[in-house]
Amino acid sequence: MSSSLAGKATARERSMTLRDYAIRYGFIVLLVGLIAYFAVAADGFASPQSAVFIFQSVAITGVLALGVTATLVVGGFDLSIGSVATSAMMAASYAMVVLEQDAIVAVIACLVIGVIVGLINGWLIVYMRVPDLLATLGMMFLLLGLQRIPTEGRSIATGMTMPDGSVANGKFSEAFLALGRHRIDFFIPSLIPVSVVVLVVLAVLIWFFLEYTRFGRMMYAVGSNERAAELAGAPVKAYKIWAYVISGVFASIGGILLAARLGRGDIASGNNLLLDAVAAALIGYAVLGAAKPNAFGTAVGAVFVGVLLQGLTMMNAPYYTQDFVKGAVLVVALVFTFALSGRGKR
Amino acid sequence: MGADAVFHVEGLRKSFGQNEVLGGISLDLFAGEVTVLMGANGAGKSTLVKIVSGVYEHGAGSMRLAGKAFDPQTPAEAIRAGVVTVHQNINDGVVADLDVATNLTLDRLSGKGASLLFKPANVRAEARAVADRMGLAIDLKARVSDLSLADRQMVAIARAMAHKPKVLILDEPTSSLSSAEADRLFSLIDRLRGQGVAILYISHRMSDIRRLADRIVSMRDGVVSGIFDRKPLDYEGAVNAMLGRKIHLDKVVARSSARAVFTAEGLRLAQGSRPISMTLGAGEVVAITGLVGVGKTALAETLFGVRRPLAGSMHMDGKPYAPGSAREAIAAGVFLVAKDRAASGIVGGFNIERNISLPFLKRMSDLGVMKKRAERAAARRQIDELGIVCRSEKDELSALSGGNQQKVMVARWMSQASRLSILDEPFQGVDISARRDIAAKLRASADGRATLIFVTEIDEALETADRILVMSEHTIVGEHRNDDIDLDRLLAEVAGGPLTSAA
Repeated sequence: MSSSLAGKATARERSMTLRDYAIRYGFIVLLVGLIAYFAVAADGFASPQSAVFIFQSVAITGVLALGVTATLVVGGFDLSIGSVATSAMMAASYAMVVLEQDAIVAVIACLVIGVIVGLINGWLIVYMRVPDLLATLGMMFLLLGLQRIPTEGRSIATGMTMPDGSVANGKFSEAFLALGRHRIDFFIPSLIPVSVVVLVVLAVLIWFFLEYTRFGRMMYAVGSNERAAELAGAPVKAYKIWAYVISGVFASIGGILLAARLGRGDIASGNNLLLDAVAAALIGYAVLGAAKPNAFGTAVGAVFVGVLLQGLTMMNAPYYTQDFVKGAVLVVALVFTFALSGRGKR
Repeated sequence: MGADAVFHVEGLRKSFGQNEVLGGISLDLFAGEVTVLMGANGAGKSTLVKIVSGVYEHGAGSMRLAGKAFDPQTPAEAIRAGVVTVHQNINDGVVADLDVATNLTLDRLSGKGASLLFKPANVRAEARAVADRMGLAIDLKARVSDLSLADRQMVAIARAMAHKPKVLILDEPTSSLSSAEADRLFSLIDRLRGQGVAILYISHRMSDIRRLADRIVSMRDGVVSGIFDRKPLDYEGAVNAMLGRKIHLDKVVARSSARAVFTAEGLRLAQGSRPISMTLGAGEVVAITGLVGVGKTALAETLFGVRRPLAGSMHMDGKPYAPGSAREAIAAGVFLVAKDRAASGIVGGFNIERNISLPFLKRMSDLGVMKKRAERAAARRQIDELGIVCRSEKDELSALSGGNQQKVMVARWMSQASRLSILDEPFQGVDISARRDIAAKLRASADGRATLIFVTEIDEALETADRILVMSEHTIVGEHRNDDIDLDRLLAEVAGGPLTSAA
């Protein structure tokens, strides 16, 4: 009855079968293969500009996906992220164009919206006991409607006519637009967009938070066995609400980036945000065989979707095939996670 | 042997990855006989049952039922062939949201010849027939989720009987039954034995085994280590074969404590129950014993702050103690190893070291960042001290046997110093050797704190505690120092009878 700590490393290595390798590295290999294929098949794919474009295209959905990862970790889900982002975009536009405020006010207004929506979501789920999917679905509809009320359903742009007949003369501040349009020199002049920097910083932050802090650790415990976490002294309700606040704030940051890129409050934009972000987070389950929500996987998932779409676009695949391809990738990733890793029947 | 066996297993093997769980099991079951399967946790009993019942596929080997090859791919196939299993986890055997009648006839709803329409009247009638045959006194319209654990167990077994099985496998069926309910089960088993059913009965309880066994098969480390079928049965030999070492009831040298750590005055747990007062001293191990449902868990949860008493007060080291949550209790140095590790202890997806450190993340981090080295060191020390069998502290708990999982749960709360350590059914589903390891650790580390364990089985109290308190009807009805105990009086108190014998 003695534990044998010696020789455990070798035992572990020996026990890695081909299947284990497939589960662990399958998706990374697939990503590398995809990049290699496009580099050969599509002209101009393998260039710094192309790489930057991919990152830029996934920056907003990536930020949203990192937020929803936090709710997945505590065993929840947040369907309201897409509408939080578009609400934040409309709020930023309204603050600057109609109320003629500066960039800082606009950004703060967006973040406040994210916090408030997160708190309400958390409250509905934790204290009102509404199932997470339904609570955040309700919140999604509520926000989609709410964001249209101040302008009676119009998009917001400088010079627009307000419902009372007046003309809105404010405009987007340069500093705000820079968040979406400015490019930072990196070896090549004007290479990296600010939004990509925001994505990378947030990804590193949430990854460190989930993997290396006691708060992240306890969030995983809450998601896996709530009662065990509670009996270990964790304030489970607070952790759950915090997860939704993180998700709301990340989504509102996504909205800020969206507004800064578009330069107007476009009522019709952001339709794909929710699905793309959720797909990235769920694809993340399969990366490195984690079989659980994780920040690194989510980031890889977002890049994976971006590479795929950019490559297809450059090979002149029609735009309407994109959703189909995304859906197929998601389904394959979920098979990787749930079937191959043997979480079900052995 | 094997010629006239109803069910015959030959050379069965099973591995999970590199880990061989069954190393060639051969087993015979005979009509009208109860074969008891004994084995320590991790011996492979559960795996064997899951193969026979079609949950797992097997490696090498073969099975024959009534002379025909038997190789079920699904649980439903096994059931239709006449091999029916009542699993240890009761909730696997019933559907909580349906009523009793539907549960009793659930398996008729699918498979060949099942009617397309759900006919409530037929279901009721069939269920009534099944219930009557069983002598089951439960309202057929009641929802299973409203039933007690014991009633659910009876429904699960009744449901299995509805198939008129050739082979019935019962996996620790009495682990959550009171003795009266267990007696009902035993008489039912006697009836089935009379009807010629071959029964495989898996249990840790010697009293069950003495009551029922026609044959005993002992398992150890994935192989059969002994078959006992000569009357009178050699129970000690069977236990010996299972453990591979001679066991004797450990005699505890009872200690007494001079300094009180915890006191409770006038604590009332339920409406109309008598108040509880008790004192727990530094360095002593106190066991509270009593039947299922007498309020042991309620008391444990009250001391740990997850349940509020109706009246009364508590003190720790002389200071008032009224925890409002587990968090406050832990901060005051009161730890609880909760009952039912799967539901309220183990974090799936966390490895051993993360499961152990869970309540103490704050102490093992700087500015919120985990100190992984401290975490690993704490886990390794516990693995060593409790003899947890694993490859390393990075193993996930699903890779461990039940006894070792329980050791990890105990290790979690032993990894930091406490004032009062509470363990609710720490030996549940744990084999004798793991039980002794845990008990030894409890006693060896008891200095300086008070230790309180809640156990249903008196043997476990006798083997572990310095002092034994008896609970009945949500209050404490007796106290015994664990040397020269008057067992008759203790049993009378457990049974809740009038306290006639003078102390």
